[in-house]
Amino acid sequence: MNKAEVITSFIHNIIVFNIPLLYGTVGEIMVEKSGSLNLGVEGTMAVGAIFGYIVGCYANSLGVGILTAFLAGALCGLLFALLTVSLQANQNITGLTLTTFGLGVYFFVGNGVKATGWPVMGDYSSIQNGFADIDIPLLSDIPIIGKGLFSHNLLVYLGIIIAIAAWWYLKHTAPGLRLRSIGENPAAADSVGINVKLMKYLHICLGCGIMGIGGYYMSLNMSGSFNSSCWINGYGWIAVALVIFANWNPALAIIGTFVFGFFNTLRVSGGSLAAAFPEVFGWLAHIPTQLYQALPFIITAIVLVVTSIKNKRGSSGLPAALGLNYYREER
Amino acid sequence: MEQYAIQMKGITKTFGSVVANSNINLTLKQGEILALLGENGSGKTTLMNMLSGIYKPDSGSISIFGKEVSINSPEDSKKLGIGMVHQHFKLVDVFSAADNIWMGKEKPGLVLKKSRYARIREIASKFGFDLDPEKKVYNMAVSEKQTLEIIKVLYYGAKIIILDEPTAVLTVQEIKKLFDVLRKMKQEGHSIIIITHKLNEVMEISDRVAILRKGEYITTVETSKTNENALTEQMVGRKVDLNIDRPTVDKTSPLLEVRDLSILNDEGSVAIDKVNFYIRGGEILGVAGIAGCGQKELCEAIAGLRPIQSGQMIHKGDNIVGLSPKAITEKGISMSFIPEDRLGMGLAPSMSITDNMLLKNYRDAKGPFIDRKRGRAEAEQVIKSLEVVTPSTETPVRRLSGGNVQKVLPGREIKSGPNVIITAYPVRGLDINSSYTIYDILNKQKLNGVGILFVGEDLDVMLSLCDKIMVLCHGKLMGVVHAHKATKEMLGLMMTGSLDLTKEKSHGIAKDTLFKDVLVSADAPETAAQAEEEISNSGDKEE
Repeated sequence: MNKAEVITSFIHNIIVFNIPLLYGTVGEIMVEKSGSLNLGVEGTMAVGAIFGYIVGCYANSLGVGILTAFLAGALCGLLFALLTVSLQANQNITGLTLTTFGLGVYFFVGNGVKATGWPVMGDYSSIQNGFADIDIPLLSDIPIIGKGLFSHNLLVYLGIIIAIAAWWYLKHTAPGLRLRSIGENPAAADSVGINVKLMKYLHICLGCGIMGIGGYYMSLNMSGSFNSSCWINGYGWIAVALVIFANWNPALAIIGTFVFGFFNTLRVSGGSLAAAFPEVFGWLAHIPTQLYQALPFIITAIVLVVTSIKNKRGSSGLPAALGLNYYREER
Repeated sequence: MEQYAIQMKGITKTFGSVVANSNINLTLKQGEILALLGENGSGKTTLMNMLSGIYKPDSGSISIFGKEVSINSPEDSKKLGIGMVHQHFKLVDVFSAADNIWMGKEKPGLVLKKSRYARIREIASKFGFDLDPEKKVYNMAVSEKQTLEIIKVLYYGAKIIILDEPTAVLTVQEIKKLFDVLRKMKQEGHSIIIITHKLNEVMEISDRVAILRKGEYITTVETSKTNENALTEQMVGRKVDLNIDRPTVDKTSPLLEVRDLSILNDEGSVAIDKVNFYIRGGEILGVAGIAGCGQKELCEAIAGLRPIQSGQMIHKGDNIVGLSPKAITEKGISMSFIPEDRLGMGLAPSMSITDNMLLKNYRDAKGPFIDRKRGRAEAEQVIKSLEVVTPSTETPVRRLSGGNVQKVLPGREIKSGPNVIITAYPVRGLDINSSYTIYDILNKQKLNGVGILFVGEDLDVMLSLCDKIMVLCHGKLMGVVHAHKATKEMLGLMMTGSLDLTKEKSHGIAKDTLFKDVLVSADAPETAAQAEEEISNSGDKEE
């Protein structure tokens, strides 16, 4: 690889390996804007991943896979909504349980299928082709960054589109306004006749469905190789932190994803950078891999600290009623 | 037959074993203002919440404009043309005024357009209000929030408007403005129910008065055919003396003196600006001011909960600046602040009365264990002496009605035997009977030689209860006046900053302070008595 190719591939990797974070983050923003804190992102993504991958392969259709992943994620959301919105269960505990449950389902289903014959992604041409990179005309011809930024698979573009659509929905539409009002002050929303329960159910399911697609992406990016570690590998947790980094703004989540992605990619591609530019990036090779592996989590911690320091009133996107269950007759 | 806007028949509502409303009948005529009167916990808010769709009655029927209805949700209520301005405003703080209205609009379309601001401004001015639709709620004063709430219900097409204690947090001038609005709405054919504890307001604004007592319906009377004493008697169930005592006590030297005190608020702007005052033993010093004029910051600073910017706070000759809240409490300074939501400060809502008692004095117990027996005994004393309505000492405080919650706090503070009591809004939202109980408690403490700083809202009460009143306007001291020489109008002018007594002389500085660390008396040979004389003289000039 020449030097230009190394840079191109580095940029490409930032996006390819980290788009699941965007799905997880945008999904969680949707859920949190309704005032529900769902800590079950990791589990929801895992459930979306395993069902999306297996059903998608059996149907030999990327579209079916995406839809299945969305529905599987949305079902997790339905479970969460049932427990926290209707039955008033504690959201933190329900979310953590959902993660445990989701990972359990992942391995249960995965191992079950593996026992009868694991579907190998390479055998399913339309999945393989569907996940292939698509060049954006003209833009992808820009030297060095063109192939890095504008030549990606369908799900990358879909993720960006979902994030921008979610931003527009929250900020510029009437249903978005109503959703935000519920996250801020459900009693106020209720008093003006907004159906709080219905809105919460809808958006929890929608958000969890988006997370599910993120999980499916993860499985395809790993070429569907099922082994002892989960495909999601902690991304769900980083997504929960990224929500705060993005200040509950889906558009900022795109930037947040790429900032995290940058450090994440150093771990994977730092070696090739060091090899291509020994004078400038040579030192990258001397950093122990363990530090790289810890880096996303260290960054998460730093981001949480920084974002919690300076928050002028009204500038924070944190929904005021986040994590609190709403019960109309509560006194 | 006369057309009723609302007819409630035999309404009963229970929460567990507590009967909030029992067989209540209430009628609201079209185009009238009905005052709903009752002590704390008599079930007024519960009854109104059955009209706004928050609660559903266990039994009984509700007719709106002659048609029997079942109100299952706030949405139903809104569709029936009922609008309620709740005691705790139901607004989204981070939204603009327009968005708070827009979020409940029928068929708002998909996209939010900028033109909504113009629409809301137009509608507000049509109803005769001045409203900045783009202003965020968290930047609004209480009265602005209330205006927004009223515009909101009018915009949703309410024909019946319910206001739950709308005047509790307003100044005299704002109340006057609100009443003008209500009268205008009445003329336009709206039917209005207003809940208030202030009898003068009932007499002024209402056409009829409905009275509840302990969850039961007592009667409805024409306002023109009754008077304050009769109303009180029907509400409380016995005769109540409506005069507030102001016993005179031999004053001692200043217990607490505050000098050139400046404090910042949470946003970092100046909340209290170079304020001077002192409290003697055996006197009640009132603090008057429009809501949010630094009262909260002042109380917190004295209690050691908020760092000060500059100045001194001297208690019995010792500087208390920089001491921990615990050390300040041990010196005998007690602070109780009733915030607008009534639960925010001082009490832990989910804990029982006993536990809340223990919060203050658990340190006194010997060994590592809590002396629950003593806590319970104290809880029982407070319940008995302040007539707190509660099923038991072990009931979580949050389950009590607003007024009863509020009696627990001063009750506990006084138990610790303080020598300076800082009390802010102790009767906020309390009914007459409980308010008088609180005044009695304060007077008893005063007779015992305790110095009391009373941050209040009701100027009539302050004029008859306090010995002296200091007025704050935007954190600046406007002067200290003798209550028996001051008038309500004068205080009102000082509160809005149009009258500043400090411009002429330096006020509020005690000349006989015991403060050891700083030499101040060298250039101030006058005695405290002379200083006070001057203060009251300058007050006289304005009268």
